[in-house]
Amino acid sequence: MNKILSRPESLTLIQHSYCPGCGHGIIHRIIAECIDELGVREKTIGIAPVGCAVFAYDYFNFDVTEAAHGRPPAVATGIKRVLPDRVVFTYQGDGDLAAIGTNETVHAANRSENITVIFVNNAVYGMTGGQMAPTTIEKQKTATTPFGRDIKRDGYPLKVCELLAATGGAVYLERVAVNNIKNIMKTRKAIKKAFQNQIDNKGFSLVEVLSQCPVNWGMTPKESVKWMDDVFVKHFPLGVYKDI
Amino acid sequence: MSKVKIESEKCKGCYLCIEVCPKKCLEVSKEFNKKGYHPVEFVNDKECTGCGFCYQICPEVCIEVYK
Ligand SMILES: Cc1ncc(C[n+]2csc(CCOP(=O)(O)OP(=O)(O)O)c2C)c(N)n1
Ligand code: SF4
Repeated sequence: MNKILSRPESLTLIQHSYCPGCGHGIIHRIIAECIDELGVREKTIGIAPVGCAVFAYDYFNFDVTEAAHGRPPAVATGIKRVLPDRVVFTYQGDGDLAAIGTNETVHAANRSENITVIFVNNAVYGMTGGQMAPTTIEKQKTATTPFGRDIKRDGYPLKVCELLAATGGAVYLERVAVNNIKNIMKTRKAIKKAFQNQIDNKGFSLVEVLSQCPVNWGMTPKESVKWMDDVFVKHFPLGVYKDI
Repeated sequence: MSKVKIESEKCKGCYLCIEVCPKKCLEVSKEFNKKGYHPVEFVNDKECTGCGFCYQICPEVCIEVYK
């Protein structure tokens, strides 16, 4: 018998701090496998966000730096421009990328910085206790919308792929999910492509990954992955939003 | 014949692997690990096809697949 699947080299042996069933762990593993397959571990630099993934520098077995909340695309811009031969990516939640960091996100895309952005959309601020995020869907109950998100009061859920598709600079935008095997396989393909684009000097690529946050959704892991199929993906349709 | 190895001390008991295994090869252990979770255990090496679905969905990356 041969070992056919095991922990990728681009992950350290440190156990991450995510809650049981959280999608962050699956997404880390997929990124690590793509980096291994592309053979770029020695020249990869990640930028960790503020959010549950704040300790990503402990979990990835390559260089990772930390940015202030929402600022990873700005830090990635600096690193990539100074060290253009490195593979530079940001890893950001929806609070980080689509609330406090919207400005950097839109301009990095519009300038077509040659970076890869992994955007984890779990519809809440996970780390701080499940408050409403820009991506919280209508009527969704969170710590700050106990009666459900009211569009009149709280505004509309922000559709990042749709928004960035309007920028001249974004070259690849796809929304995927990690709630079942089929979607996980598609996520792997999308993330690999987003890195390959950077290696080919194509410009700004972003993969939006819908990800389960069972604890803050008040669900079991099993319920959370089902809710994604039944509800979440209906509000955030999966698919390619731009590919040039 | 295939099998999977689970690093039980890392398992946090989300049981997503049990849900995706097409051959029902995984079950909740009666034992506790040091974190206080009942880890998953591999119970059926006759039917395991080595499809790796459990590996793909495990957020802890604590499953290895042998074929
Ligand atoms: C400048 C600044 N403002 C606010 C915070 C508080 N804060 C920490 S994490 C976070 C939101 C995290 O949510 P998200 O980006 O969706 O990531 P998740 O934890 O869900 O993975 C906030 C607002 C902070 N650390 N720094
Ligand atoms: S709070 Fe949510 S996003 Fe953060 S580790 Fe827990 S499940 Fe994951």
